[in-house]
Amino acid sequence: MRELSYAQAVQEALAQAMEADSRVFLMGEDIGVYGGAFQVTGDLVHRFGEDRVMDTPIAELGAAGVAVGAALAGCRPVFEFQFSDFATLAMEQIVNQAAKIRFMLGGKVSVPLVMRFPAGSGTGAAAQHSQSLDAWFAHVPGLKVVQPSTPHDAKGLLLAAIDDPDPVMVFEHKLLYKTKGDVPEEAYRVPIGKAVVRREGRHVTIVATAIMVHRALEAAEVLKGEGIEAEVIDLRTLRPLDTQTIIDSVKKTSRLVCVYEGVKTLGIGAEISAMIAESEAFDYLDAPIVRLGGVEAPIPYNPVLEKAAVPQSDGIVASVRSLVTGRI
Amino acid sequence: MTRAVKEAAAVSNLREFYRHFDGDALRDALRRMYLIRRFEEGAEEAYTRGLIHGTMHLSIGQEASAVGSCMDLRKTDYITSTHRGHGHCIAKGANPALMFAEFFGKEEGYCRGRGGSMHIADVESGNLGANGIVGGGLPIAVGAALAIRKQKRDDVAVCFFGDGASNEGAFHEALNMAAIWKLPVLFICENNKYGMSVSTERSMAVRNVADRASAYNMPGEIVDGNRIEDVSEAVMRATARARNGEGPTLIETKTYRIRGHSKSDRNRYRTREEIEEWKTRDPIGHFEANLETFGILGKDEVEAIRLAAEAEIAAGIEFARNGTDPSPAEVARDVYTGGAS
Repeated sequence: MRELSYAQAVQEALAQAMEADSRVFLMGEDIGVYGGAFQVTGDLVHRFGEDRVMDTPIAELGAAGVAVGAALAGCRPVFEFQFSDFATLAMEQIVNQAAKIRFMLGGKVSVPLVMRFPAGSGTGAAAQHSQSLDAWFAHVPGLKVVQPSTPHDAKGLLLAAIDDPDPVMVFEHKLLYKTKGDVPEEAYRVPIGKAVVRREGRHVTIVATAIMVHRALEAAEVLKGEGIEAEVIDLRTLRPLDTQTIIDSVKKTSRLVCVYEGVKTLGIGAEISAMIAESEAFDYLDAPIVRLGGVEAPIPYNPVLEKAAVPQSDGIVASVRSLVTGRI
Repeated sequence: MTRAVKEAAAVSNLREFYRHFDGDALRDALRRMYLIRRFEEGAEEAYTRGLIHGTMHLSIGQEASAVGSCMDLRKTDYITSTHRGHGHCIAKGANPALMFAEFFGKEEGYCRGRGGSMHIADVESGNLGANGIVGGGLPIAVGAALAIRKQKRDDVAVCFFGDGASNEGAFHEALNMAAIWKLPVLFICENNKYGMSVSTERSMAVRNVADRASAYNMPGEIVDGNRIEDVSEAVMRATARARNGEGPTLIETKTYRIRGHSKSDRNRYRTREEIEEWKTRDPIGHFEANLETFGILGKDEVEAIRLAAEAEIAAGIEFARNGTDPSPAEVARDVYTGGAS
């Protein structure tokens, strides 16, 4: 199988979508000749021209609204935020408009809009360029939220998002852009709303998102040496949530750990924990549910502090070990 | 003079508006102005009687701005509207009965009772919707204009907004993008002097919203928003530019809302004298007088239009009252296109 980086996989999805459908076009800041802040759009402007790879002014609110209007009028815009943090400037158009127009108009229209959000910490970019705000968007009915963790899913979920008639928010962790993996050449889809079991195990279920999937898998490898078999679920979609995959796993393992980079309180882990507490899997639990999320602080600049602000694999190992050996 | 002679004599001196539109079009414009006025009076009365809940923002006094802007538009041209959007909706071609059904929260309404006054829309006639967010429709109109250009159509997008919205950041971002990309969009600012209670004098450093057009290198035109011919001629000029690939225009229609901002307004920020003074500049009365003076319509014809509008509104309210209430089981319907969440 051919290997691509995560960024190349996203770019290939964009190119294949534009080749297949003339309604698809890209908008964003510096996505043209600059190639995007993370070189995701790369040289696409030379292949597709400035009309389909549109540089916008630095105007997140207005440009997001332009994408909403274009989607309403028959186009299929794919909008890149330079950093997911900048979406805070565009929340009005995303939350009040894109998410609600179909509902408010009684189902008379759809808003086929894709937004891409380079997210997460680990690049030394400090508090305004490192957030993980995915759960904010997952709180809004009308939006779908996906968070691919591999190059394979980055391509497949993006193509599924572009096919989707409703607004889909795609969160891409910046540290994953250079990671490599197998990516088929054809234009395949990964279904929105389906989690995947990345590693099977019988002692504990770890539900993770984005880069935390990789840290959970590293932790599972260490734990294996101690006789603890962790099952790792890559959530992939935050809304709609694939509850069944998590319930089935917890019924098998009887223990649940949620690992995510966003601030722990009121994050996606809270939703998964509550969902399990409300489900038939509750009776199967042998231990309290554990959440490992970002600390209750902005992301700091100092590299030691930055690492300490979000879950790392050694922390996951320690938490799971305590949980499984009954020390929690 | 016979009517024909009178018409012929008048026509040669008439301004562009009265020569461009034939008698049917002018009659229809007056009809729509009456429909808007009576629709809003009917909605207000239904609200007072407890038949409509929530709130509403009436545009009584601003009818010339809505009808004058839309009367030369095509069905395939888009509009985006505001929280004060009933007039725009009717002017673009909506059926008042289906609007009443929406206000009454019925399945037969334009939005199946899910949107109400603030989200009234009629996508079939090119109305992409009113908006509950001040300035929300500005970038959306620019996006619709971008789609028009990508689809190689010669339609336009007309964006209605108020003086208050022109102080939002979205105004600046939208006008800037429309200008740099030379998109076929008309920004029509209905300046009714107040953003809720705060006057334009207290909220803007410039005297006119149109003065801001120079920042975007686009024409900015000020018209008397209570004179349909002034509004329509300016819009026709701007539409011609837009269809011809010459880019956007900002038009400011100076007008006045006779009613308060919404149902909670106690009119503490303006004087009774000011309101009374503006009532003397009634856009419907002005248009009617001109149509009669120029021999285009007789008094009896005007009366017939008025009565027909009143009958249509009464029938619309009756239709709405007999509509179907949505089922609570369908509260989450249409959140997503596939139906699932």
